[in-house]
Amino acid sequence: MSLESLLSVAAILFCIGLYGALSRTNVIAVFMSIEIMFNAVNLTFVAFGRYITPQAFDVHLGSLLTGQVFVIFVITVAAAEIALGLGIVLALYRSTNSIDLSQIVRLRN
Amino acid sequence: MIHDIAFWSLSVVTVVSAIGVVVVKDLFRSALLLAVVFVGIAGFFFLLSAEFLAVVQVLIYVGAISILFIFAVMLTTDIQRGNTANKLQIAAMVIPMLLLIVVLIGVFNSQWVEFGADKQDTVNLVQSRAVGGISDAEFAAESINDEFVRQALQDTDIADLLVGEYVLAFEGVSVLLLAALIGSLALARGRGSR
Repeated sequence: MSLESLLSVAAILFCIGLYGALSRTNVIAVFMSIEIMFNAVNLTFVAFGRYITPQAFDVHLGSLLTGQVFVIFVITVAAAEIALGLGIVLALYRSTNSIDLSQIVRLRN
Repeated sequence: MIHDIAFWSLSVVTVVSAIGVVVVKDLFRSALLLAVVFVGIAGFFFLLSAEFLAVVQVLIYVGAISILFIFAVMLTTDIQRGNTANKLQIAAMVIPMLLLIVVLIGVFNSQWVEFGADKQDTVNLVQSRAVGGISDAEFAAESINDEFVRQALQDTDIADLLVGEYVLAFEGVSVLLLAALIGSLALARGRGSR
């Protein structure tokens, strides 16, 4: 397990998520792909925090945990985003009876 | 050795289920595969001695977000059509491929400044105990005997950083969560009901 292999796995996951987000027409599938991308980025944060020496290592031990703190913020924002996003999806389904992105072409009724 | 076996099996499981999430036709199955991806990422966090994050990942992603997805699938999904693909398959395939190639070239051609072997134990101790204390026995096992250094390691916690160095982001995130709460309430109530 090296930094390079971890970053490669994260890059592969990110690209799978990107492919899903670009190629699916179902809103929920697009959201799932976005979640995969978030997770890949979190993995990158933690891997860098584990392997790379921070500049301030000698004077400030807290810099060892910067990656982990960032991941906490990303998880919080992702949770808020997904709660709101799925709420919008349900409201959309109630009003148009479809969650197919190729059919949703208007923003107002 | 055991770390390598765990790492490669986790990688295979995570990547295969991530591919499954985007190609499987049945949306319900993709939601279940997504939970497998989340568990795999939690395993990576364990391997990287970010144990607190692994637990948070299981609680929030596997416990809450997967359930939200399954609810959304069951409330909305169009069973006949499921997870259909759009007309831009080739572009959607080529762009991530190019990105992957560029990123991999960057990863393998960079000179990463990694920790020396002498710092590895300290880093491991601090990061795996990002919440909670370190006992005297563990300090003795790592042969850290200086009282001052012990105190500094003991005081390095995620909680201290959240309400110290990153307090502005912390407050911002709490406002964001409040906004998300009110927003989802407004969305769920709909327009007609008061």
